[in-house]
Amino acid sequence: MTVNPELVGRDFPSVGPYLVGREKVREFARAVFATNPIFTDLEAARAAGHADVVAPPTFPVVIQEHTLSQLLSEPDANIDFSRVVHGDQRFTYSRPVVAGDELTATLSVTSVKTLGAHSMVTSESVMTDSTGAHVVTATSTLVVRGGE
Amino acid sequence: MLAGVTVGQVVANRTIHLDRGSLVRYAGASGDFNPIHYRDDVAESVGLPGVLAHGMLTMGFAIQPLADFLGTRGRIADYGVRFTRPIVVDPEHGADVTIETTVGAIVDDAIRFDLTVTFQGDTVLGKAQVQVVFD
Repeated sequence: MTVNPELVGRDFPSVGPYLVGREKVREFARAVFATNPIFTDLEAARAAGHADVVAPPTFPVVIQEHTLSQLLSEPDANIDFSRVVHGDQRFTYSRPVVAGDELTATLSVTSVKTLGAHSMVTSESVMTDSTGAHVVTATSTLVVRGGE
Repeated sequence: MLAGVTVGQVVANRTIHLDRGSLVRYAGASGDFNPIHYRDDVAESVGLPGVLAHGMLTMGFAIQPLADFLGTRGRIADYGVRFTRPIVVDPEHGADVTIETTVGAIVDDAIRFDLTVTFQGDTVLGKAQVQVVFD
């Protein structure tokens, strides 16, 4: 069973707004071994010109996960989660995420490719702030391993 | 622009020691509770060589030496990686992962930094690149 190519171009409802919490940013920063004080120290972040502590660069994956679960739960997607491997990941930023941001994420599937028994699904989660301005786009390719 | 850097220059080196606690902490922080990242029996049942670090944990810490080098300078515009090899985290000994950060290219007001992330002698990320804009 290969992944349904008709996922490309389908509209998914936006997720959020997700309120980026200061302690969540600090918790994430510790988990990724961050040591630059702008990620944990409010005064250091403000001195560097940010409104609040800065989320580490991969923090948007927390919000992206909510959009990917929409994709995995589409009834006709044919994606078996136990066979999913993360192939690649990219973040393209207009600005850093900071605590206090309210981010809304919108998923789109940009390509579904089949290589033998495997499928590769590339999707984008576009995240905007409460003013509607773009903050970051998370692009992910999932490899769905074929059955035996 | 960052003064004094040249293409090929190594700007940061760091070794991260992962243990099972690191994986549990990342699971909680990120919300990724896939049990292959903390349960040996589940990892074994799906044919894995052991409990694996989350790919996104590796991507998350791989950029930290660069974040320290930059301090408050520059703005990260793009960060992408390919996951090429898993990191097996031994329940007793953990896993040591090394990160080398080099200057890959300098174009106008932007620098591309290349991250070489190695575990047991093999690179675990492919094309791990960070674009930083200095404006």
